[in-house]
Amino acid sequence: MTTVYWAISDSVTMTGRGLRHLTRSIDSLLTSIMLPVLLMLVFVYIFGGAIAGRDAYVNYVVPGIVLLCCGYSSTATAVGVTNDMVTGVIDRFRSLPIHSSSVLTGHVAASVFRNAIATVLVLLVAVVAGFRPNASALEWLAAGAFLLLFVLAMSWLAVCAGLLARNADAAGGFTFIALFLPYLSSAFVPTETMPKALRGIADHQPITPMIETMRGLLRGTPIGDSAWLSVAWFGGILVVCYLGAGVLFKRRTAR
Amino acid sequence: MTTDVIVRTTGLRKSYGKTEVLAGVDLAVRRGSVFALLGPNGAGKTTTVRILATLLRADGGRAEVAGHDVTTESAKVRTKISLTGQYAAVDELLTGEENLQMIGKLLHLPRARRRERTQRLLEQFDLVEAAGRAVKTYSGGMRRRLDLAVSLLAQPEVIFLDEPTTGLDPRSRQDMWQVVRDLARGGATIFLTTQYLEEADQLADHIAVLDNGRLIAEGTADQLKSSLAGEQVELHLADAVAYDLATRLFNGTALHADAERRSLRIATDGSAAGVRLLLNDLADRAIAVEKITLRRPTLDDAFLSLTGGKR
Repeated sequence: MTTVYWAISDSVTMTGRGLRHLTRSIDSLLTSIMLPVLLMLVFVYIFGGAIAGRDAYVNYVVPGIVLLCCGYSSTATAVGVTNDMVTGVIDRFRSLPIHSSSVLTGHVAASVFRNAIATVLVLLVAVVAGFRPNASALEWLAAGAFLLLFVLAMSWLAVCAGLLARNADAAGGFTFIALFLPYLSSAFVPTETMPKALRGIADHQPITPMIETMRGLLRGTPIGDSAWLSVAWFGGILVVCYLGAGVLFKRRTAR
Repeated sequence: MTTDVIVRTTGLRKSYGKTEVLAGVDLAVRRGSVFALLGPNGAGKTTTVRILATLLRADGGRAEVAGHDVTTESAKVRTKISLTGQYAAVDELLTGEENLQMIGKLLHLPRARRRERTQRLLEQFDLVEAAGRAVKTYSGGMRRRLDLAVSLLAQPEVIFLDEPTTGLDPRSRQDMWQVVRDLARGGATIFLTTQYLEEADQLADHIAVLDNGRLIAEGTADQLKSSLAGEQVELHLADAVAYDLATRLFNGTALHADAERRSLRIATDGSAAGVRLLLNDLADRAIAVEKITLRRPTLDDAFLSLTGGKR
């Protein structure tokens, strides 16, 4: 029992470390919030009129923007993990009588906090821009749960990327994928409008069912089997990356 | 005998791919002593320390720290040791005090004890003023001191210092030496690695010289020095004629001859009688000597003669 207590205590300490980092690097927090907000404004006010009319489009695009924001912010975890690996601070943690996985758990927990702040801010700006969700309390709760699953999966994926990257710059490159994938989905335009080959990719990549689920929960559009697909996709990614991170951590530190 | 030894390795081996880094290393470190593992870059010093600190698994041989096997009882070993590496293992974004508090929490020290230790270590390492600043604003010496302070939170029995002064300016190096001496006086066992002979000479009770993954010499600083030729007399001759005469007199037995400075180095037993005989010899032949210097070989001489031949 005490083992479990200390394992949790260590993870809490590490989470505190991650949160302190957050307050020490306000600029990177701002970037990860400003970027999605700017993108939303660009799409709503510049392209929106041409795509579907501004008011209709803001309601269409916000769920995608929220996921883009979370994906981008989750991948920042990779940079933190790589930094720990290359600066020697990991040797300090590993020479302590603690469970060394708490280092990684701390990074992911801090990522969840960071995303919670960013998501709330992005949603507030969205409402100002005309976003009108019609979700019930239960649907908000469900949306939160799906978002949490998404953030956890992307964060652990980022941990793996961080463990694989040789330096922080390489780890930073990983955010590019997170930023690019939503464009190849139903985030900004319905996939029916895309060329056939592209549509094939867009329809079958994991972000599309997640976006459709969020849109359904927040705006009442049909969800269909998107909910199950996204649980399968991101649940799968989460399990694989969580286990993979353990293996990669051992390999990275056994030098 | 066994209870006296706190770190022991037998036949320690480690390879990275085809490169053999440790080729069977036997070490024994007495409790409460300062032990220096001395060697050039790439000799295997860091690898040895990382194995002893449970960060790395050896390919062969055994290693015990504080009575526990580093492989099978690594968790127990970790409660008895601390490691300060070549690169300060501190969190750059946190302040000095936050670093100490965080590690204190991870060591599961009770809150009151954590506070007390943090305060005392900040004072001991002259970091009170910098305690509230982010570590990224610290100088190299301050980082190293904080790193060491962090590693002492738990009051470990064995303190591993991997090249504790590499990259520090002379002043910070002196400070660090003083810190190590204080720690040793406090009763901890200190296992340090260094590539500076002077450092080993200044600090260590016992020195082991590592080269290419093998121990090539072991002993006290004095023993290592005297394993070379003993004392030497350096003669500075008055002029070129005297230098020529003296060179002929010693007829190739001089250890070192420098025509430009007109100096010759001659082996001696270091006794007054021996030196007097030598000087009488010169005086009898009217060879004018300007001045003489008695010289003991430095650890550098010992080190170069031990490692130099094989390179």
